Amino acid sequence: MPTKTYLEAIRDGIREEMQRDERVMILGEDVGAKGGVFGVTDGLQKEFGEWRVLDSPLAESCIVGVAIGAALNGMRPIAEIQFQDFILPAVDQIVSEAAKFRYRSNNDWNVPMVVRAPFGGGVHGALYHSQSIEAIFCHIPGLRVVVPSTPYDAKGMIVAALRDPDPVMYFEHKRAYRAVKGEVPDGEYTVPLDRAAVVREGADIAVFTYGMMVHTVLNAAERLVPDGFECEVVDLRALRPLDHDAIVASARKCGKVLIVQEANLAVSVSSEVAAIIAQDCFEHLDAPVMRLGGPEIPAMPFSPPLEQFYLVTPDKVETSLRELAAY
Amino acid sequence: MAISETDTRGQAGLDAETLRALYRHMLRSRLLDERLWALNRQGRAPFWISGMGHEAVQVAFGMNLRPGYDWVAPYYRDLGLTLVLGMTPKDHLLSALARADDPNSGGRQMPAHYGCHRLNIITTGSPVGTQLLHAAGAALAARMRGEDSVAFTSMGEGGSSEGDFHEALNFAAIHKLAVVFVVENNGFAISVPWDKQMPTPDVADRAQAYGIPGVVVDGEDPMACFRVARDTIARARSGEGPVLVEAKVLRLTSHSSDDDQRRYRSAEVLEAEKLRDCLSRFRVTLEELGVLSAGDADEMRAELVLELDRATDEAEAAALPEPESALRHVLADGDGT
Ligand SMILES: Cc1ncc(C[n+]2csc(CCOP(=O)(O)OP(=O)(O)O)c2C)c(N)n1
Repeated sequence: MPTKTYLEAIRDGIREEMQRDERVMILGEDVGAKGGVFGVTDGLQKEFGEWRVLDSPLAESCIVGVAIGAALNGMRPIAEIQFQDFILPAVDQIVSEAAKFRYRSNNDWNVPMVVRAPFGGGVHGALYHSQSIEAIFCHIPGLRVVVPSTPYDAKGMIVAALRDPDPVMYFEHKRAYRAVKGEVPDGEYTVPLDRAAVVREGADIAVFTYGMMVHTVLNAAERLVPDGFECEVVDLRALRPLDHDAIVASARKCGKVLIVQEANLAVSVSSEVAAIIAQDCFEHLDAPVMRLGGPEIPAMPFSPPLEQFYLVTPDKVETSLRELAAY
Repeated sequence: MAISETDTRGQAGLDAETLRALYRHMLRSRLLDERLWALNRQGRAPFWISGMGHEAVQVAFGMNLRPGYDWVAPYYRDLGLTLVLGMTPKDHLLSALARADDPNSGGRQMPAHYGCHRLNIITTGSPVGTQLLHAAGAALAARMRGEDSVAFTSMGEGGSSEGDFHEALNFAAIHKLAVVFVVENNGFAISVPWDKQMPTPDVADRAQAYGIPGVVVDGEDPMACFRVARDTIARARSGEGPVLVEAKVLRLTSHSSDDDQRRYRSAEVLEAEKLRDCLSRFRVTLEELGVLSAGDADEMRAELVLELDRATDEAEAAALPEPESALRHVLADGDGT
């Protein structure tokens, strides 16, 4: 099987689906000749033309609002937001419009649209190129929110997202683009948009995480092996709806739980996972649920020591895991 | 500069049949509108927001669109437009009474939040201005497939202050999309008068910034509206790009059933506006022209009231939604997750 980067895997998924389905199109800032600021759509305009890979004006509400209209009229658009940090002007179109079309029309209309955006820090992006604000969308019924962490999932989930009849928020960790490599089959496959994946089996501590943190956690988990602790690492992948059964199964199996995310903790994905475990696994727990994430400051600062302070590192995960192991 | 169409008089090249249809559609909308107010005041319908005074422009555009082929992203005053396109008084009575069979939303949305897939009337929510971009997107898709459908979208002049107004006109103009933007300017956004909404009196002037035609039309003159609708829709259909039309209309009622405009408008002005009502003036014009003979209008009214009475009875007899049905249709599987 060929080895690809996370970025190449997303592009392969998009390109192959565009070849199979001429309704698929991309709309966003710099997606055309430049191929996107990270290069995800590199070469696609050449292959599919200026309409299907359309450079939008610098207007995020326009990108999503137009994508909605195109989706209503038979297209399968990808609305690319250059950085998740800049999605906020489009929130009205995503939350008030796309998410509510099916419900408010009593199933008469639906919006088969994918909104893609890179998120996450550790790239010297400072306050407005590092954020992880996916939780905003996880609160909203009518949206799917997914975050792949491996090239295999990145390809399979973008294809699944493009075939889903409802709006899918597909968030890509920008540090994963080139840093994460993995095997990606050629040709067509999909990965479900509502299933978590156990990426490391163990019976001592269940760790729930997503995005780039999956790799951070896997690294830390190995450090406990010499001491006889095996972590079960669950890549959530689907942030809305969450894979309730997978969360409950691993939490019950291990009895100790750590939830790791890059975003600050208040009212976040980790809050929801912790609530599910508190409600449905209480009698199976051997320790309080523990969470690890960013501090409650507006966003990730620029200066390297400040940025490092913000980030969840393998060292920090290891410390939390040892604390839980000793409990 | 905006092209002014305000001086149009006479029959505007319209045959008698078209003029009668225009009048009948306007009357049908007005009668339904009055019925919905009555139901509200009787405590049978919790809310109504009216199109009274806007009928001429709505009906004119509706008559020039191709239902089910063209795309329509309306706003809440467009009762008359939806009726011309093929929705029925019963549809909207079911909605006002929040019945399960309301085709707009199954009783989920407030009334006047229009939507009907069969007729390409895109479901509308409450945030003002968002629909303009949906029209642009629908027109983009049509353009990509080489179809000659037109996307109609409308708003009040208040809606033209939203950022989506600029973003939609800008996008549609860049790609010469077949979008007809119609501002139904009644001079008020709830209580805020137009001169607190914008620095110049004509929204249509802004068309210049996008390199597209801006047309001001007397929205109380059905014939002028019809001509503008016919010409702008034809222009868009022929691939010449978007148009911004501004119809100067009167809001003959308070903003909605929850508003009382006597709190912010003088009694004299409100009295004077009542006398300017486009519907009664149009009747006089058509009778003068001999398009309607004595008794025609009353006959039409009687026939429409009959339809309305039947529709009201049927809507009131229709079932309310099952409480648990609130969980359905969040995502395709309808499982509420
Ligand atoms: C984004 C948004 N802000 C505020 C409101 C509340 N609101 C509903 S209608 C309205 C006034 C709209 O005025 P205009 O666009 O001129 O249309 P008109 O009602 O006069 O036809 C306001 C403020 C809303 N629905 N959406």
